[in-house]
Amino acid sequence: MILPALFFYLFAGVCIASAVMVIVSRNPVHSVLYLILAFVNASGLFILMGAEFLGMMLIVVYVGAVAVLFLFVIMMLDVDFTELREGFIEYLPIGLVIGGIFLAELLLVAGGWVMRPDTAKQITAAIPANVSNTEALGLVLYTKYIHYFQIAGIVLLVAMIGAIVLTLRHKAKVKRQDINVQNARTPELAMAIRKVAPGQGLQDSDAAEWVK
Amino acid sequence: MTIGLGHYLAVAAILFTLGILGIFLNRKNIIVILMSIELILLAVNINLVAFSTFLGDIVGQVFALLVLTVAAAEAAIGLAVLVVYFRNRGSIAVEDVNLMKG
Repeated sequence: MILPALFFYLFAGVCIASAVMVIVSRNPVHSVLYLILAFVNASGLFILMGAEFLGMMLIVVYVGAVAVLFLFVIMMLDVDFTELREGFIEYLPIGLVIGGIFLAELLLVAGGWVMRPDTAKQITAAIPANVSNTEALGLVLYTKYIHYFQIAGIVLLVAMIGAIVLTLRHKAKVKRQDINVQNARTPELAMAIRKVAPGQGLQDSDAAEWVK
Repeated sequence: MTIGLGHYLAVAAILFTLGILGIFLNRKNIIVILMSIELILLAVNINLVAFSTFLGDIVGQVFALLVLTVAAAEAAIGLAVLVVYFRNRGSIAVEDVNLMKG
């Protein structure tokens, strides 16, 4: 009984502490690394709640893809990050006031929360017993929510195409393969046959033909 | 010392607030703003999964999966826009983003 509570406080504490470090860290690379730590601990919280599949998904998607993408972009851009930190102190009071109001409201909602008696009757898709979390999720995701699943796939496809279209650029100096030109090339265009007299070689008058 | 739904909601509320605070504090650094948005979406996901598991309703986890998808797509597009902007201007300061003013 004590062990889950202990792990909850461990995961929650490290998650919140690293979230604080994400926003106050001087170096954005450190921010990304703390973001990874926050996500790993959030995935621990998910597993503690019994949502193992989403916990693993969080690690795969966020740590494996999104955080690495952030890291890649930060290292690729040559930016003076100390310059971007100006105004940190300036915005601290207003940020703390608005954040404090937000937190107070949210905690009031979370603290004064009560379940409606008939909530249990309104469950859309109950978690079946004796079935693992992954299987339970798959049982509804591919049947009842198949359209949502496909829309999610389209969202990812659009994001992928959008990211490629935005960042792709053709440089004029780089030689590229043009298959049509290659296929249109004939032996007549590519070479010239000369009868070379013995001991003379090709003459300079033929030079115009060589470059063909 | 049972950990109930309220505990998870409190963690999610704190994470959400930290995300908002991060947007305020790093007004100039758009990369940290994007990371703060990721924190906010993580808080939303914790809420969805907490309600899902404590009510015994799997739909919350399906929605959390969709939020995860949208968050990944948003990060990819946001960073791509950032890279294009950096190529054009040589800086990523948010306050300089006024090209569309004409």
